[in-house]
Amino acid sequence: MKLVKCIVRPDAVPDATSALERLGVSGITVSDVRGRGKRTRPIGDFRGVKYERFLSMSMLEVIAPDDLIDDIVRAVIDHTRTGEFGDGRVLVIPVEEAYSIRTRQCGAA
Amino acid sequence: MKRRAMVLMKVLAAALLTLWFSNVITTPNTAHAQGAIGQPAGDPTGATTGTAADVPVKDAKNPTLTEVMETVGHNRIAINFVWTLLAGFLVMFMQAGFAMVETGFTRAKNAAHTMSMNFMIYPIGMLGYWICGYALQMGGVGAISVLGGTAPLNSEFTLSLFGHTFGLFGQKGFFLSGNTYDVGVFALFLFQMVFMDTAGTIPTGAMAERWKWSAFIVFGFFMSMVVYPLFGNWVWGGGWLATLGKEFGLGHGHVDFAGSSVVHLVGGMAALAGAIVIGPRLGKYSKTGESIAIPGHDIPMALAGTFILAFGWFGFNPGSTLAGGDLRIAVVATNTMLAGTGGAVFAMFYVWWRLGKPDPSMLANGMLAGLVAITAPCAFVNSVSAMIIGVVAGFLVVESVLFFDRVAKIDDPVGAISVHGVNGAWGVLSLGLLADGAYGDGWNGVSGTVKGLFYGDASQFAAQCVGTLTCVVFVFVSFYVFFKVVDALIGNRVSAAVELEGLDIPEMGALAYPDFVLGPGTPMGSGSAIVSSASPAPASLKPVRGDAI
Repeated sequence: MKLVKCIVRPDAVPDATSALERLGVSGITVSDVRGRGKRTRPIGDFRGVKYERFLSMSMLEVIAPDDLIDDIVRAVIDHTRTGEFGDGRVLVIPVEEAYSIRTRQCGAA
Repeated sequence: MKRRAMVLMKVLAAALLTLWFSNVITTPNTAHAQGAIGQPAGDPTGATTGTAADVPVKDAKNPTLTEVMETVGHNRIAINFVWTLLAGFLVMFMQAGFAMVETGFTRAKNAAHTMSMNFMIYPIGMLGYWICGYALQMGGVGAISVLGGTAPLNSEFTLSLFGHTFGLFGQKGFFLSGNTYDVGVFALFLFQMVFMDTAGTIPTGAMAERWKWSAFIVFGFFMSMVVYPLFGNWVWGGGWLATLGKEFGLGHGHVDFAGSSVVHLVGGMAALAGAIVIGPRLGKYSKTGESIAIPGHDIPMALAGTFILAFGWFGFNPGSTLAGGDLRIAVVATNTMLAGTGGAVFAMFYVWWRLGKPDPSMLANGMLAGLVAITAPCAFVNSVSAMIIGVVAGFLVVESVLFFDRVAKIDDPVGAISVHGVNGAWGVLSLGLLADGAYGDGWNGVSGTVKGLFYGDASQFAAQCVGTLTCVVFVFVSFYVFFKVVDALIGNRVSAAVELEGLDIPEMGALAYPDFVLGPGTPMGSGSAIVSSASPAPASLKPVRGDAI
C-alpha cells in the first residue's frame, strides 16, 4: 500500500482526477498549496519593489495498493504534463496502515 | 481603574449638564431676534432662511419685475444643473458596480486584470470622448433649453437624400475648446461622458479572463471616439434616427429616454462581436461541445456591485430629464425601481423552477435586466407597464444566458450580452408598445405625446424597430470588423499559457490576492481538454515509457 502525492498545475486537476477515476481510484484528497521548483522562482513586483512569491499548485493525494501505483503515476503524468517548467512532482510514499473511520476497516480501499 | 472611571463619568456628566443649561438659557433669546448680548440669531427651523432679502436687487424697496424674473430664471436653470450633475456623479459610480459584478463573476487568478479593465475604461474612455467623441455625438444638438441653452453646439453634418435630411455627426466641441467653453456644454459633457463609459465597460465582462491588455486599450478609444458617439448622435444628438418622426412620419422618431439602445444595446452588441471573435475561455467547452461551468470567485462582491448599479440607475434614468424642475422624475425613478424588482423577482422564480435553485448570479442579472429594459421607456410608461417590462426582462435574461451558453456556445463570463444586448433591444421595443401618451409632448420636434402601439401609434413602434435594427447591424458590424483588424495587428487574446496561469501576473504584473493560494477555478472531474492545448493529448492510459515514466 502506497500514498501517491501529486503536486500539479491547478488547471490540470480535472484531467488528473478523471484519469484516476478511470483507473478505479475514486478517493482523492485535493489541497491548494504554494511553492516553487528548481527552475520556477517567480518574482513579484509591488509598486516597483521586487519580492519572491510562490506559485499556486494543487496537491492530489491517493492511497492505492502496490500493483496500481505504476498505472497511477503514469496516468497523472500523462494527463498533467505540459513539458514546461513548473509541471510539478509526483511522490510515492509507503504507507503502514490506513483505516476508514466509518467502517473501522484497515486497507487501501 | 475603578476610580478613574468614576472621575471620567463625573466630567462627562458635568459637560452634558453645562450644554443643556446653555441651551435652555439661550434658546428663548435667540429664536426670533438678535440676542441681548448682540449675538447673531440662529434659525433652527429654517423658516426664516431664504427670503425676499436674498433676491439681488439694486433698490431693496423698489424691486423691478425684471430683477425678480432674472433670479427666478437663474434658479430654474440652477436646479437643473445641480440635478444633472448629481445624477452624472451617480452614474459615474456605476463604474464601481460594473467592476465588482464582473470581477465577482470571474476567477480569482484574473481578478486584478478584470478589475483594472473596468477601472481604466473610465479614464481612457473619457480621454477619447474629450478629444472627439463628445463633438461627434453632441456637436450639433443645438440649444438644450433646460440647461439654459448649450447654443455653441450648433453644427451637425447632414446628408440630403431623396428630399430628406440625414444628420450623421456633430462638428462642434472638440477638446471642449473655443466657444464651447460654456457651463451648459460642460454640464452636458459630464453627463454624456459617464453614459459612454457605461457602454464601454460592458464588453470587458463578455471578454474577461482572456483579453490582451493592449488590445483592450485600443478598444477603449475606438468605442469612445467613434462607434458610441456616432450612434449617440443619431438618437440623442439630433441625427437621422431622432428625425425619423419629422422626416418620415414615424412617431417621434427613434425614442430612447436614457439609453437602452444608445448605451446598453451598443455595449451588448460590442460584447457579442468581441466574444465571438476572441472565442471561449480554455476549458469552457468540452471536446464534445458540452458547456462547463466556470464559477465566479466572489458572489458577495458581484451582488454588492449589483446594488451599486441599481443605486446608480437613479442617476441614469431620472437624470436623463436633464431637469430637476421636470417633476416627471418621480415617475421615472419609481418606474426604474419597479422594473428592477420585476426582473429580479421573476428571474428568481423562473430560474428556481428551471434549474432547481434561485442561483444568486441570476438574481443579479435579473435585476440588471429589468433596469436595462426600463432605461428607454422609463419616462413614457405607467407603473403596471414598468412591472411588465421588468418581468419580461427577467424571463429574457435567464433564457438568453442559457441560449448563448449552451446553444450558441458564445462564452460570456458575466452574461453581458444577455443583460445589456438582449434586454437593451427589448427596452426600446417595449417603449414602442407600451408608451401611454402621458409624457413627451414635442419630443424630437414632433407635436403630441409619445404613444406606443397599444395606445394607438403603430408608427412609433416602427421607429423603435428601425432604431433597434440600425443599432444591432451598425454596432455589431463595426465591432466585428474592428476586432478582426485588431486580431490581425496585435491580437485580441493572450496565449494559452498566460490564460492558464491567470492574467494577473503576465498582463498586469500584480496579483489580486498575493496572500492566498489560487485553486483550480474549475470544477473537478469535468474531463475537459484544459492541458491539451499546451501538450499533445495522451494517447492512452498505458503510454509508451518515455525518458523515465
